[in-house]
Amino acid sequence: MRTTRLAFAALAVTLAAGCSSSGTVEEPQAVAPAGPVALTYWTWAPNMDKIAEVWNQANPDIKVTVSKQAGGDDAAAKFLTAAKAGNAPDLVQAEYQHLPSFVAADAVADLAADTAAIKGEFSQGLWGLVTLGTDGVYAIPQDSGPMMLYYRKDLFEKYKIAVPRTWDEYAEAARTVHKADPKVYLGSFSSKDPGWFAGLAQQAGAQWWTIAGDAWKVGINDAATTKVAEFWGGLVAEGVIDDQPYFTPEWNKALNEGTQLSWPSAVWGPGVLESNAPDGKGKWAVAPLPQWSAGENSSGFWGGSSTAISSGTKNKAAALKFATWLNTDPAALDLLVKEAFIYPASGKGQASLGEPPAYFAESQPDFWTQAAAIGATARGFTFGPNVGVTYNAYKDGFDKALQDKSAFGGAVTFMQEATVADMQKSGFTLED
Amino acid sequence: MSIRPDGASQIASSKDSRTSRSGSTREGGVSRGAAPYLFLAPAIVLFVLFFALPIAYTVFLSFRRTQVSGLGLGRGARQEVWAGGANLQAAVSDGELWAGWLRVLGYGALVLVVMLGLALLFALFLDSAHVRLARFSRIAIFLPYAVPGVVASLLWGFLYLPSLTPIGGIDFLGATAVTYSMANVAVWGGTGFNMLVLYTNLRAIPRSYYEAARIDGASELAIALRIKLPMLVPAIVLTTVFSLIATIQVFTEPTTLRPLTNTISSTWSPLMKVYRDAFVTGDLYSAAATSLVIAAVSMVVSFGFLRVVRGRAFGEA
Repeated sequence: MRTTRLAFAALAVTLAAGCSSSGTVEEPQAVAPAGPVALTYWTWAPNMDKIAEVWNQANPDIKVTVSKQAGGDDAAAKFLTAAKAGNAPDLVQAEYQHLPSFVAADAVADLAADTAAIKGEFSQGLWGLVTLGTDGVYAIPQDSGPMMLYYRKDLFEKYKIAVPRTWDEYAEAARTVHKADPKVYLGSFSSKDPGWFAGLAQQAGAQWWTIAGDAWKVGINDAATTKVAEFWGGLVAEGVIDDQPYFTPEWNKALNEGTQLSWPSAVWGPGVLESNAPDGKGKWAVAPLPQWSAGENSSGFWGGSSTAISSGTKNKAAALKFATWLNTDPAALDLLVKEAFIYPASGKGQASLGEPPAYFAESQPDFWTQAAAIGATARGFTFGPNVGVTYNAYKDGFDKALQDKSAFGGAVTFMQEATVADMQKSGFTLED
Repeated sequence: MSIRPDGASQIASSKDSRTSRSGSTREGGVSRGAAPYLFLAPAIVLFVLFFALPIAYTVFLSFRRTQVSGLGLGRGARQEVWAGGANLQAAVSDGELWAGWLRVLGYGALVLVVMLGLALLFALFLDSAHVRLARFSRIAIFLPYAVPGVVASLLWGFLYLPSLTPIGGIDFLGATAVTYSMANVAVWGGTGFNMLVLYTNLRAIPRSYYEAARIDGASELAIALRIKLPMLVPAIVLTTVFSLIATIQVFTEPTTLRPLTNTISSTWSPLMKVYRDAFVTGDLYSAAATSLVIAAVSMVVSFGFLRVVRGRAFGEA
């Protein structure tokens, strides 16, 4: 309750700041700056300050200052608020799903005129995430999160289950494991991680948003997404899959103790496993996600981010120079991998990955080869301008479905309705 | 009510001094007439900058909304336009907000009764003549208040999680238990502060009253019920109003516990809805309108409560 009052004081200050400085945001002009240019960069990637220091040493005329942020949805909200108040940073780390909200709020600059040269560095799927399928280019891809199945090699052997190649096999394995030991689950359905669910829906071929001419088409309750939801709903109702959210102490403990045997996650998984399940070192392996029908080969993306340039910056050219270096220069990519522990979006960067993460050194020495092969099969979809609403509806909708023990398809419908209602309220043109 | 709190005479004396001071400025001329305003200036400037202006801006925002055209991408596709009373109307008629009020009502009733009851009980115990280890107990009961709300919620949250809790057999974060679990965090954190307020007031009561009562043959219990309690009423009213306002603003406990359980929605309490609208779904305008509704409700509740008890507590009609 005390913190609430503090939060309110902070809000009051923010509002006051917004009040006094709104209206001072002018069209940025490409004026040749005299003296060194100072840029600020909001990011939550670890050790980014060290990487910026390498740039600063080599480029005394453009000085980049890193401001470390908390990641996640809060970071997006903070950037949008700052942009509204007219004091946004020059550069910002933007998760792919939040980029459309930034574009819709006119908070990030269109880089289409100056990025033709680097387009070829990135896969088409990733490039689509920064163009939103339009003629604009709103950021430079930095990292990506193709999804794969992490599993406990030793315990899979103990419970005599094979690595599931299809979701049907996954369900069967879940039943086998839980029957052998009622305390043990093959995995968990998380009602707190909409990004995870979006990735699984992408794998199934969902298209939550599409741009058709001058109108948005919202298809969150399409057949593919409903299929994914009902699949998990069935397993939860059967009681053979846990329903604990990810990243909770409860979940960490289950992973660490080996009472949860697998996790469909993204390429950044090793970092999480290393810190949340330290006892599992050398026991986890990776495989492609189970498929919807045998013989298929596809995956989705969970997470991943880009470097966007604020529309309010006075130094767009300098910011673009830094963002380009950071995400395409071999030396910078090497730093991103080694210091910031990210899986680079650039094809060049992915090819240069050698040593597996220490956590997987024994159990999966070819981690990066596997990741590259799986990454090539990942498909994304266009994110809409109000992902915040959709993701929040995911949490509320699935929380409620779990509580009421109702069908998961209802939660997907709730997401669709909340998203459409919000877009209608704002006045977006929608195609039915 | 033969015994009246000393506050009344204090107010009277400060009134006297105010009149005498204004008397002297009238003699002093124009330049000295500006002096009070000069002294007040810092307070007024701060009040306007950090209180009045943000509130005015919130009111302004609540009458605005975004208007998007077409895809809403690119320059000028999104404009802020006048919305009239639509946001306020939507906030008032939002079923989820009132469901939130209901949840907070249940939670608040629990917190207020248990927390203030315990605080009163502890204060009376500590003030009684026969208590041992008074200093230690006072600090021990007060200490949880020094733990920040987020930390307290996390601590308790870990204790509530099924695989980590030392108390088995109860799902503390289940649909029915979760309200009690959150109330427990608030009671744990708030009892000490309220106890201290009440205890300090108890210490200010002249000891001679107790002596007189004892001579008349009153037991400790009778002294507590018939002297201490009536004299504490203003302090109890004060702590109740503080706690009421804090309860209406409940945010920290549910927000911190939310990632740990499926049972707390993003709109569990009214303030959580404001936070969600402003920072999760990016609709500052609805958030502003809902904050105005919350402000109105908390004003009605706290002033309403004061109005009801004023006569009893302060001897005013």
